[in-house]
Amino acid sequence: MTKTQLSEPAEILVKSICARYKNDEHELINILHELQHELGHLPAELQSAVAHELHIPVSKIYGVVSFYSFFTMLPKGKYQISVCLGTACYVRGGELVLEEFKRRLNIKTGETTKDGVFSLSCIRCVGACGLAPVVTIGEKVYGRVSPQQVRRIIDEYLMLEEG
Amino acid sequence: MIKITIDQKTVSVPRGTTILEAAEKAGIDIPTLCHMKLHDMNIENKPGGCRICVVEVNGRRNLTPSCCTEVEEGMMINTHSMRVINARRTVLELILSDHPAECLTCAKSGDCELQRMAHRLGIREIHCKGEQSAYRIDNSPAIIRDPDKCIMCRRCEMMCNEVQTVGVLSAVHRGFNSVVSPAFEKDLMHSECTFCGQCLAVCPTGALTEVDETTSVVRAISDREKVVVVQTAPAVRAALGEEFGYQAGTVVTGKMVAALRRLGFNYVFDTDFAADLTIMEEGTELLQRLNAFLKGDKSVKLPILTSCCPAWVKFFEHQFPELIDIPSTARSPQQMFGSIAKTYLAEKLGVDRKNMIVVSIMPCVAKKYERGRDEFYVDGNPDVDIVLTTRELAHLIKLCNIDLTTLPEEDFDEPLGQSTGAGVLFGTTGGVIEAAVRTAYEIQTGKALPRINFEELRGMEGFRKAIVDFDGLELNIGIAHGLGNARKLLEDIEQGKSHFHAIEIMSCPGGCIGGGGQPYHHGNADILMKRQHALYTEDELKVIRKSHENPDILKLYAEFLGKPLSEKSHKLLHTNYFNRKAE
Amino acid sequence: MTKTHIFVCGGIGCRAMESEQLRKNFQREILVRGLSDEVQVVTTGCFGFCEKGPLVKILPDQTFYVQVSPDDAAEIVSEHIIHQRKVERLLYIDPETRKRVTESKDMDFYKRQFRIALRNCGVIDPDNIEEYIARDGYSAIAKCLTEYTPEKVIDIVKKSGLRGRGGGGFPTGLKWEITRKSENSQKYVVCNADEGDPGAFMDRSILEGDPHSVIEAMAICGYCIGADKGLIYIRAEYPLAIKRLKRALQQAVDTGLLGRDILGTGFNFEIEIRYGAGAFVCGEETALIHSMEGCRGEPTFKPPFPSVEGYMGKPTNVNNVETFANIPVIINKGAEWFSAIGTEKSKGTKVFALAGKINNVGLIEVPMGTTLREIIYDIGGGIKDGKKFKAVQTGGPSGGCLSEKYLDTPIDYDNLIEAGSMMGSGGMIVLDENDCMVSIAKFYLGFTLDESCGKCAPCRIGNKRLYEKLDKITSGEGTMEDLVRLKSLSLVIKDTSLCGLGQSSPNPVLSTLTNFYDEYVAHVKEKKCPSKQCKDLINFTIIEDKCTGCTLCFRNCPVEAISGEKSKIHHIHQDKCIKCGLCYSKCKFEAILIE
Repeated sequence: MTKTQLSEPAEILVKSICARYKNDEHELINILHELQHELGHLPAELQSAVAHELHIPVSKIYGVVSFYSFFTMLPKGKYQISVCLGTACYVRGGELVLEEFKRRLNIKTGETTKDGVFSLSCIRCVGACGLAPVVTIGEKVYGRVSPQQVRRIIDEYLMLEEG
Repeated sequence: MIKITIDQKTVSVPRGTTILEAAEKAGIDIPTLCHMKLHDMNIENKPGGCRICVVEVNGRRNLTPSCCTEVEEGMMINTHSMRVINARRTVLELILSDHPAECLTCAKSGDCELQRMAHRLGIREIHCKGEQSAYRIDNSPAIIRDPDKCIMCRRCEMMCNEVQTVGVLSAVHRGFNSVVSPAFEKDLMHSECTFCGQCLAVCPTGALTEVDETTSVVRAISDREKVVVVQTAPAVRAALGEEFGYQAGTVVTGKMVAALRRLGFNYVFDTDFAADLTIMEEGTELLQRLNAFLKGDKSVKLPILTSCCPAWVKFFEHQFPELIDIPSTARSPQQMFGSIAKTYLAEKLGVDRKNMIVVSIMPCVAKKYERGRDEFYVDGNPDVDIVLTTRELAHLIKLCNIDLTTLPEEDFDEPLGQSTGAGVLFGTTGGVIEAAVRTAYEIQTGKALPRINFEELRGMEGFRKAIVDFDGLELNIGIAHGLGNARKLLEDIEQGKSHFHAIEIMSCPGGCIGGGGQPYHHGNADILMKRQHALYTEDELKVIRKSHENPDILKLYAEFLGKPLSEKSHKLLHTNYFNRKAE
Repeated sequence: MTKTHIFVCGGIGCRAMESEQLRKNFQREILVRGLSDEVQVVTTGCFGFCEKGPLVKILPDQTFYVQVSPDDAAEIVSEHIIHQRKVERLLYIDPETRKRVTESKDMDFYKRQFRIALRNCGVIDPDNIEEYIARDGYSAIAKCLTEYTPEKVIDIVKKSGLRGRGGGGFPTGLKWEITRKSENSQKYVVCNADEGDPGAFMDRSILEGDPHSVIEAMAICGYCIGADKGLIYIRAEYPLAIKRLKRALQQAVDTGLLGRDILGTGFNFEIEIRYGAGAFVCGEETALIHSMEGCRGEPTFKPPFPSVEGYMGKPTNVNNVETFANIPVIINKGAEWFSAIGTEKSKGTKVFALAGKINNVGLIEVPMGTTLREIIYDIGGGIKDGKKFKAVQTGGPSGGCLSEKYLDTPIDYDNLIEAGSMMGSGGMIVLDENDCMVSIAKFYLGFTLDESCGKCAPCRIGNKRLYEKLDKITSGEGTMEDLVRLKSLSLVIKDTSLCGLGQSSPNPVLSTLTNFYDEYVAHVKEKKCPSKQCKDLINFTIIEDKCTGCTLCFRNCPVEAISGEKSKIHHIHQDKCIKCGLCYSKCKFEAILIE
């Protein structure tokens, strides 16, 4: 079996973050948060490295990573599109917006486009129910989004990509 | 004491008793599925997840799981109201709706707790069919994992993490997609799994089973060009009978030998013989290291650890690679047997090793993995060709229409069939070290043992220690069974806190009698106690009870090996270990 | 001279509409015009009236501007601040009288509200501890530490009748008392800020708008139960709340209101933040505790309750944000004052996130016992677009859908349960005639399915089966037997599930089955969706008589399923149509028929 090695900087990062939490296994979720914040995702070899530092089985870490929806093992796209499917957005057509994004980007929820530009997810209530249905891309919040606006929103970022 | 009423019966039970336990006391058998408690062994699984054991408690809004609800004064409990029965059946139907209906062809058929529960609750139809989980089957040399059949009872996870501290299995994902799996859904073969098999020993369904090799045995026996030799491990004889309706603890050695002969094996030998051989090698190694140590040789490390358990070997190779020079280099009895069979015996019989098939009957699934390790192959030919578990042997006997109960008692064949009481003890926790002490004492002191039984080494405590007086020299002996207990000992050694001279370690709770390949105990620890008792009785009945007095062993050394730890012995009976940390 | 304050709402709704840019513009204007000494611009927490955002309030005259765009900053500064003339066009118009309303207290949306938990939201600068202190902040903890014994404080909380606002409604004082009585040298106070209800954002708003109220309450709780350590378990997706909370914690430490020897009384209390990672089940306290311990957020059977055996096996008191936010007020104003508000068994107020098909979407706080009608019609301003009210969903995935006949039910814990719903954390979604109740039930089940931890069989598999049945029904393939099974299976899941999530997850199904049975039957027997929402049961066609050939539908169709030339009758190709409904909503001549 070939084993993917963790890059040296990533390994140093794992060690320093774990050390900051005194290699305490109870801090696992905080540690994973920090690592994902720094590296964008939590690949298998990274989890193994954390397991090594905290002296816990890697299966436990994978059990945790795969339990929480916030954690991801796959890199996310440059622009992370989140369609709110909180109840308010749902009853105001959030699902249609999500469908349109899926159709236009040709990916499923939770996936990233091949070029790595967009990833698509749905979220539950951002608290902007007055603007339902809501879509967020990074920090930006789009309110009262209709399916026909979807193309324009995507183009906005594609143009940004092309400079 | 707390007084409660269950199904109109009033019982008084101590505080802290669960409804399930109280009901048992009142003669009420509440069905359970995920719950498992091995009394006296400190092993308990009660996640409260299957919800089969729910009962109605007056004044409570919802049904409550009896396995994890402690009794309270004046509780009124109904275990079989319409509401309870309906709920129980519906929940079981739900579980079955996400379980393949493959009972007819499932390895666990007849031994499956889920199947039994469906029968007990009278499920005739599944009303809530829907999507079923679909996972890949994980085939390893020893264990087959079929996650489609997992019902999330979490017993295996508890065994793997809390009892064995191997930590390979964990619940992963969540909701309908949750399942117990190794990290990243990797195969067991690519994990730190020791193949101890305790996961499958407790799995209520066919989600975890051993690799079935009975057909390979039938094929080998049918091959006229092959000489097929079988060896049977000590713990097998104390449990095989259970598969044929005998009470737990019934020793069926003679009938087993007769059955093996009727199956068509050319030679029926005893792993106990190899166990005696192990004692010669390991005991001598112990004394050699001990005496050097006592003389102040700083290069010698103590304690010496036993090495007959393959799961234990794989455990320390993964988890404590820096200690790989501490365990005895002696191979396990299975591998010693294979090695001797394909050299000494093959020579005697004039058979080429390639035409000899060595089959082992083991209480263990890790032995299936062990036999396949590269170092136990000579020119591409393995020392041991096929390993069957006790359960597989029972299936094979039934497959070949043999009624074990009516068979006469027969003896093992010569020259690898004679064994001593010491060899038999290998099947239980404390047995290997007791056998070693019997021999080492006499060799070291040159005196006859004042007593043969070492009660201080016996028992079911997970970790035991004893001081054995070697005619003035006090030896500190440690005994651990269950890898979690072994881990504690190893951590002490790592930190230089260990004061033991010798330690026996067996992976499975109870030792080999509780091995992953034994007839299922279904959570009944009494069965293990009875098997243990049976082995001690078997020892008592033997005329020769010390390994170094086994005449065939003495003959083997005289004719072939020379002496313990000779060059030939080293080549054939010893091994080395590998750092598997990076794997 | 009183300093003029410009409060800009920093709630998520307003921020989504560029309130941050608005604040910057205000600041630039103030700077440019040299008003920095007289005027201060403050980003506050949520004002509540999200529908009309971005919102701006000018103090001291209390003028309330609505729908203010960043470009309006200059005008407000020059007109209102400099010339003391109100910017009429940005004032709220009362929908009834059509008159401009200057202050929030005269708006129907605010008139009937009673703010305890939200008392400081939109009123103070959450980043400034001084402003919290100026409004009696930290006086409650001072009072407790210097005047009351822990028992006395617990007695006050018990007498106030405060019940847990996270959903369960367990009496808070009693919980504190049990934790106090659990003997252990180490205990913990945990604040559950892992708001997961897909239609609720009150905890986030409180933490963003008034973080000190929670910090103060946690310290009071610590004093009562004998804990010197508090933990706030907060959703990682709430960056602003986390930022404000961190700042507030630092300020409290710097001011000596947290840490060692608080106010010289010898009482020590510190607070740490722990992050949730996206699991609704962690709202359940045992799951939350496991998550804080670095494990999968799987609940465990109670007892033992966390008050006896909680975080790291130590006695732990878990309350949610809104519950804590009530505490300082109860201490300051007394148990009698608090218990005079509300109904017999539910005291005080409740915050609701009012949303859905309603005119005034927003965050509101009303006394317990307020009726749904008052909330929906008086505060909420009625149903959007003049449509007909159909149902109101309370309690999120754990709650139920209540029909018109419940409109006059006074809202409290017990009445909602009796009606087949739940208080939950306070999501309140209003549904109109266009909403399909079977689809709504399916929506919630879909949520539960995503969020079930998988530990117990009834929740793990049962909810999946419920969802599949609902899916079957909305696709027109359901049978009457399915309806019977839906109900019986729901009841078993409720009766046998391990934790509150599973025990309440069938509520959306059961309540819609009870209150909207006819809709289910229509899907099953007539294969029709009365609300014309279920895609498999509807077709879009063009009414030839009405089509003018304006091409609007043709141009808007995302999948080119409509053909037709200008001024000629258009046609919808059923094989291509994805039933998104765009043509229907775009057509100006009502020429699209859904059947």
